Amino acid sequence: MSGRYGRSGRVKPQGDRFETAVWYGMRLSGIALFVLVLTHYLILHVLYDPSEQTAAWIAEVRWSSTFWRVFDWSMLTLVLFHAFMGMRVVIGDLAGGRPAAVLRYGLYGLALFLFLIGTYVVVTLPNVVPAG
Amino acid sequence: MLVRYRGGEGMLAWAFHRISGVAIWLFVVLHVVDIFLVGVAPDVYDSLLFIYATPPGIVAEWLLGAAVLYHALNGLRIIILDFWPRLTRFHRQLWYLNWVLFAIVGIPVTWVIFGQFARSMGWWPK
Repeated sequence: MSGRYGRSGRVKPQGDRFETAVWYGMRLSGIALFVLVLTHYLILHVLYDPSEQTAAWIAEVRWSSTFWRVFDWSMLTLVLFHAFMGMRVVIGDLAGGRPAAVLRYGLYGLALFLFLIGTYVVVTLPNVVPAG
Repeated sequence: MLVRYRGGEGMLAWAFHRISGVAIWLFVVLHVVDIFLVGVAPDVYDSLLFIYATPPGIVAEWLLGAAVLYHALNGLRIIILDFWPRLTRFHRQLWYLNWVLFAIVGIPVTWVIFGQFARSMGWWPK
């Protein structure tokens, strides 16, 4: 991964289909996240005070509709792709060879782990007050 | 260093994009874990919520919002320049437009989040 930058962002990779797909993926997920993340922040940090968002409030109110669960799961999926592919670029700019490869595999492992636990909680959390 | 280096607006835009991106990545890692706690250990999650009502927590929340807003606006600028390269001659102006939009959105949001801060300090009624 050579660190080539144009006047805007990374220069679109030539020839390598995987790199080209990631390049488009970053931009398309970026557009979707522009809407999803800013909406998320507006609702949960501006319209509501996060210090009042207890586990019971999330279970009973926030995730009471399938719409918001799908919304949050879509955001989870896209944000993990976008954030981890972004960190992959950062690693490529700072390190090379074996250390970079090890860091990248660590990164992919962490992304998979977060995807699994995030999906688990958004799918299985009941709409009643959790015990405790 | 960033200001004196002769990279100009393009380099500052890049540096801020990278710093905000790494910061958001870090928050996402923490945030997925804390939401996982809602499912497996709700009392632990509730016991951590007070952080959002402390001054450092609220300042961090405000900085997160600033990082997200900058990254979103500058990201849109990058996408526009990538797909319409002829607009590249206006990349500077677009970056200044980013800051205008940043202020228009950011100032009211700062007011609201400072309200959370003032309530947590007891300066404003709950």
